[in-house]
Amino acid sequence: MIIKQLSIFLENKKGRFTEVAKILGEAGINMTAFTVAENSEFGILRLIVSDPEKGKQVLKEHLYAVTATDVVCMQCPDQPGSLAKAMDIITNAGVFIEYMYAFTAGNGAVVVIRPDNLDKCVEVLNANKLKLLAASELYKL
Amino acid sequence: MIWNETMECMSRGDMRLLQEIRLKKTVEHVYHNCEPYRKRMQEHDVSPDDIRKLEDIVKLPFTSKKDLRDFYPYGLLSVPISEIVRIHASSGTTGKPIVIGYTRNDLGIWSEVGARCFTAYGLGKNDVIQVSYGYGLFTGGLGAHGAAERIGGTVLPTSSGNTEKQILLMHDLGTAGLACTPSYALYLADALLDSGFPREEFQLRVGAFGAEPWTEGMRKELEEKLRIKAYDIYGLTEIIGPGVGHECECQNGTHLCEDHFLPEIVDPETGEPLPPGQMGELVFSTITKDGMPLLRFRTRDLTSLNYEPCACGRTSVRMSRILGRCDDMLIIRGVNVFPSQVEAVLCDIPQLEPHYKIIVDRVNNLDTFEVEVEVNEKYYSDEMAKMLELRKNIAHRLQSVLTIMPEVRLVEPRSIERSQGKAKRVVDKRKLV
Repeated sequence: MIIKQLSIFLENKKGRFTEVAKILGEAGINMTAFTVAENSEFGILRLIVSDPEKGKQVLKEHLYAVTATDVVCMQCPDQPGSLAKAMDIITNAGVFIEYMYAFTAGNGAVVVIRPDNLDKCVEVLNANKLKLLAASELYKL
Repeated sequence: MIWNETMECMSRGDMRLLQEIRLKKTVEHVYHNCEPYRKRMQEHDVSPDDIRKLEDIVKLPFTSKKDLRDFYPYGLLSVPISEIVRIHASSGTTGKPIVIGYTRNDLGIWSEVGARCFTAYGLGKNDVIQVSYGYGLFTGGLGAHGAAERIGGTVLPTSSGNTEKQILLMHDLGTAGLACTPSYALYLADALLDSGFPREEFQLRVGAFGAEPWTEGMRKELEEKLRIKAYDIYGLTEIIGPGVGHECECQNGTHLCEDHFLPEIVDPETGEPLPPGQMGELVFSTITKDGMPLLRFRTRDLTSLNYEPCACGRTSVRMSRILGRCDDMLIIRGVNVFPSQVEAVLCDIPQLEPHYKIIVDRVNNLDTFEVEVEVNEKYYSDEMAKMLELRKNIAHRLQSVLTIMPEVRLVEPRSIERSQGKAKRVVDKRKLV
């Protein structure tokens, strides 16, 4: 239920992301999704990859500051109002979302969520029958 | 115009005689009233009796900024604290500031030498003088204030900042002389243009700029933008503050008030005296101060001295522009910053690696001050808010020690160059010489 996301600290410099993509590509690691949180001088690149352990290792070898962060990936019907409903459930449970991002795959959408209370978030989403993706399912998307 | 013709235009022979008498008196004073000085002189096997002629000054040990720190706060006073009427301070090489105590007599000397400066700039009792140096522990504000009062000018103690109001008062009250740092003057110059007041409605004629190094290029820009005559005022907190020296209308070197502050030029490596005209480290002995006289204080400023009489009529020695420093001190927005201070703060923050880089530049006439730091791998966070919080914390901790706030940049691990020998930690991009 819990997915390892890679978070990489990057300075806002030309070619930094290119290099990360190249390193992962050469290691045979596939990216499923990514997002960047940034300000004027640095960014935090957040990646869902096919093999987070190996990804972390190769990036560390290249001296990147990488951390593995636990997130949940929720499958959300690709239709109006479905996200709002899920968000309502999380909020009402008193769980705060540090950040989230989404991507669509086929007919469904996947929302990656970083809550402040991971266990509770999983629990309420499960209780409300919202589908959480396991790592094996996610990387097949 | 000359404020004190007797002192400023004295023959070389008379000046040397006067300096000799005053030096001897000061050596006696510190020897008998300041324990660290007495001990130091005894260690060097020199007593006041050994100082008979001016040349004998070389027998005296040097005083350094480190001594001021080691005997912080009152150790180097040569009078009881009851005689001290004012304290000023400047930043030291580590967390502790350098503290200087003034007696009432010392304050009198300070305003006297300040009066010589302002008079040389053509200011007098009919002029409104706006003091836009910061008031406080920094010697700029109160130093210029005392000088302006001494010549009988009308002081406008605006201190620094609040630029719009500065311009309004400058316009409405008819400011003739502006005293501030040259970088703030450039800032005010732009504000003056933006204010919409026509230049003809201002009375401004003279700028007394100092406390940080500036170039002929900046002088030209200031004179053109403000349509004034811009003069350098020189000083150091340790010696007294602004007023140690000044330019005259010839602007061919900085006249030193050598009847109060006896200058020498020494080889920065060996400490040996150098002949007139040769460049070396400037050393001052205060020969009239009571509170905290300093003997052979090493300024770390590199310059040369010219004993030829000046076309303005003054005979006082002139120093050339400061050509640099023989230590790593930076002057940023008028504040002394030592890389060692930055290092001490950064090493105290567990989240950081002991690698950093200081980058100083001048953008739109204001000094920029950046510190690049590497975060320890364990502490890179996935959350932007935490990274920003860390950055803010580092900036605040640096500010509390340095008094000015740097722009802190978090950089990727191992991205700061590791050097084999002496690390190049400072990049000063300002073109000042």
